[in-house]
Amino acid sequence: MTTEQTPGAPYLAQFAQVKAKLPGRRLSWLKDLRQGAIERFVSLGFPTLKIEEWKYTSLSPLTKTVFGPASQEANGRAEEGLRRFLLGEQPCHRLVFVNGRHRPDLSHVGSLPAGVTITSLAAMLEAEPELLEPHFGGEDQSDGQALVALNTAFMADGAVVKLAQGAALEAPVHLIFLATTQGGPAAHHPRNLILAEPGSSAAIFESYGGVGTESYWTNVVTQVKAGRNAAIRHYKLQCEGAEAFHIAITQADLESGSSYTSFVMSMGGRLSRNEIAARLNGTGVDCRLNGVYLARDRQHMDTSTRIEHAKPGGLSREVYKGVIDGEAHAVFHGKIVVCPDAQKTDAHQLNENLLLSERARIDTKPELEIHADDVKCSHGANAGELDSEALFYLRTRGLEEERARSLLIEAFVAEMIDGVETEAVRSNLRKFVSSWLPTVANGKGAA
Amino acid sequence: MLEIKNLHARVDGQQILQGIDISIKAGEVHAIMGPNGSGKSTLAFVLAGREGYEITQGEVLFEGRNLAEMKPEERAREGIFLAFQYPVEIPGVSGMNFLKSALNVTRKYRGLSELDAIEFLKLAREKLKLLGMDEKLIQRAVNVGFSGGEKKRSEVFQMAVLEPKLAVLDETDSGLDIDALKIVANGINTLRNPDRAMLIITHYQRLLNYVIPDKVHVLAEGRIVRSGGKELALELEDKGYAMLDSADANAAA
Ligand SMILES: Nc1ncnc2c1ncn2[C@@H]1O[C@H](COP(=O)(O)OP(=O)(O)OP(=O)(O)O)[C@@H](O)[C@H]1O
Ligand SMILES: [Mg+2]
Repeated sequence: MTTEQTPGAPYLAQFAQVKAKLPGRRLSWLKDLRQGAIERFVSLGFPTLKIEEWKYTSLSPLTKTVFGPASQEANGRAEEGLRRFLLGEQPCHRLVFVNGRHRPDLSHVGSLPAGVTITSLAAMLEAEPELLEPHFGGEDQSDGQALVALNTAFMADGAVVKLAQGAALEAPVHLIFLATTQGGPAAHHPRNLILAEPGSSAAIFESYGGVGTESYWTNVVTQVKAGRNAAIRHYKLQCEGAEAFHIAITQADLESGSSYTSFVMSMGGRLSRNEIAARLNGTGVDCRLNGVYLARDRQHMDTSTRIEHAKPGGLSREVYKGVIDGEAHAVFHGKIVVCPDAQKTDAHQLNENLLLSERARIDTKPELEIHADDVKCSHGANAGELDSEALFYLRTRGLEEERARSLLIEAFVAEMIDGVETEAVRSNLRKFVSSWLPTVANGKGAA
Repeated sequence: MLEIKNLHARVDGQQILQGIDISIKAGEVHAIMGPNGSGKSTLAFVLAGREGYEITQGEVLFEGRNLAEMKPEERAREGIFLAFQYPVEIPGVSGMNFLKSALNVTRKYRGLSELDAIEFLKLAREKLKLLGMDEKLIQRAVNVGFSGGEKKRSEVFQMAVLEPKLAVLDETDSGLDIDALKIVANGINTLRNPDRAMLIITHYQRLLNYVIPDKVHVLAEGRIVRSGGKELALELEDKGYAMLDSADANAAA
C-alpha cells in the first residue's frame, strides 16, 4: 500500500506508535480488530464529495490538519468547562470524559436497579471484555464507515450502558465529553455502547463541549442495540468549541416492538456532522429521529440520517429544524429505505429551515428508496426567512427588533425542544437555545 | 398630540397617501371612514412605522417629535398603539409572556418599575374581565387559532394593558357580533380619558353609536375629502360614499 500522499497516512503511523498503549492491548481479538480497522481506514480514505452522502460536506479543513493523540495531562480546565452542561438538581447518572478518557472524579453514578451497568469502555475492557467482543466488528454499511474504522482503531474509552432484560432506569444517563487540550490539535475517538436487552428502558443524554479556542477533533461512534420491546430515548447536545471538528456516527439496531427516540441539538464546532443510521430489524418498531441545528458565522453543520425499514409494520417519524445565520452552511440529508419485506411501513420526514441572513445556506436532500408496495411514505422540506409581519407586530408592542427576532427564532425551535420527554434534558437544551439567541427572549432575563 | 401635515406616502413604490392633514389633541377621538382601498390601513401603518411605508412629503409629529425618525418599537414605547385590522398569528410565542415583556419594556422606558409575574397576572385578569375574555386565550400562542372576533377583542385587551397615549384602531369593529361590539366599545370607552387620543378607522356607524367621536374624516383615494362632526358618519351611513362625488369640491381638513 502506498499511502504517503493520502491524508489518512499520518494516522497509520500514529497507530503504530500508540497501539501498544491502547486499552485492551492484551486481547488478541481486539488487536486484530484494530489492525483490520486501520487498514480499512487507510484503504477507504477520508470520505470525499464524490460519495453521495457527503456531497455537501467537504472534510478538507479537517484533512489538512493532522490531529495527534490527546494529552492526558490535567490542566484544571475541565471543572469550569463542565458546569454549563450539568443537569442541575435533577438526579442523573453521570459519566464525564475529558479529552477522551473517563474521569471518575468528575463522574457520579447513583444506585442502579439490578441488571443495569454504567461504566467506561476502558474499565469494561479490563473487567469483562468477553461481554464486549460480540458487539464489535460487525459489517458496517454506514456512510461514514471510514471514520468508524478510524474510531475502532483508536478508540480508547467511552461509555457502556448495559440494561438487562426488563430493567427500567428512571434517571437519565448523562455522558459528558469535554475537550480541554492545549498545545496542538488533538483527536478523540470515543466509542459508546448502549445495550438494551428485551423490555428494558432508559434515557441517555450525550453532551459534547470544549474549553477554549483550540482546534480538536471529536470522532465519536455510538452503537445502540435495542432488544425486543426495549425503549430507548437518546439525546445529544453538540456544543463543541468554535474551532472544533465533530463527526458523530450513531448506529441503532432496533428489534421487534422496540422504540427508539433520538433528539440531537447541534450548535457548536467549526465543522460538524451528525450521522444516524437506524435499522428497524424487527416488526412494529417505533423510530423517531428529531433534532435542531443552530448555525452561524462560518459554521458548517451536516445532519445525515438513514432509516432502514427491514421488517413489516414499522413507524418512523423524522423532524429536523435548522436556524442558519451569517455565512453558515447547513446540510440535511435524510434517507429512508423500505426493504421488500417491510410492508405496512409508515414513514414521514420533515426538514424545516429558517435562514436569517442572505449568505446563510442550506442544502436539504430527502431520499426515499422504496422496495415494498403497501407503505405510507412522505417527506417535506422547506426554507424561509423570519416572518416580517410577525416581527413588525411584536415591535409595535414595544419589543426591540433583536428581541422580537429572538422570540421568533425561539418559537421556531421551541416546539422541537418541547417534544423532548425527559424534563432535565429539556430544560438544559432550552438554556442552550437561549444562550444562542441574539438576546435573551421571553422576558426571563429582563423581568 | 398628533399632527399629520400634508402627508404623502408610498408603499412598494406606489403612491397611496396623497396629502393628509389631521390634527388630534389629547382627549379627542377621531374617526376615519372611507371606501376599501382608500388608504386607511396605509395611514395606520405609516403611523406605526412599518417597513416599506415611505413618507415622500409632509410629516407626522407626535407630541412634537418627528415620527419618521423613530423605529416602530420606539413609537410604541412613546405611547402609540396600533390595533391591527388583521392581527398576526405568531405560533410558538406565548401571548402572556409576550405581553408581559411588552408592558415591562414600556414601563422601563417610562421610568416605571417592571411588574413581576404575579403583578402582571393581576393586571391582565382585570383587563380580561373588562373585555369579557377567557384567560386561556392569552395563555395560547399569540392570536393562533383565535376566531376573527377573538383577535379583535385581544387587540383591545392588549391596548388596555399597555395604556397607550395614542390608540389607532384599524377596523376593530369588523367581524364582531352585536354583543362583542358592545363589550369592545365599552372597553374602548373605559380607556377614553383626557390624556389619551384615539384614531378609529371604521366602515360602520354602529361602533360610533357607542364610541362617540369628536371628529369624523372621510378618506378617499389617499386624501381627506370631508371632515366634520359625528353627524358626518350618520350621513355617510345614509347616503353611502356616492355622496362624496358631489362633496369633493369642498373637501376640508
Ligand atoms: N404593498 C403594497 N403594494 C402596492 N399597493 C399596496 C400595497 N399595500 C397596499 N396597497 C394598495 O394601497 C391601497 C390602500 O390600501 P389600504 O390597505 O390602506 O386600504 P384600506 O383603506 O385600509 O382598505 P380596507 O377598507 O379594505 O381595509 C390599496 O389600493 C392597496 O391595494
Ligand atoms: Mg384597511
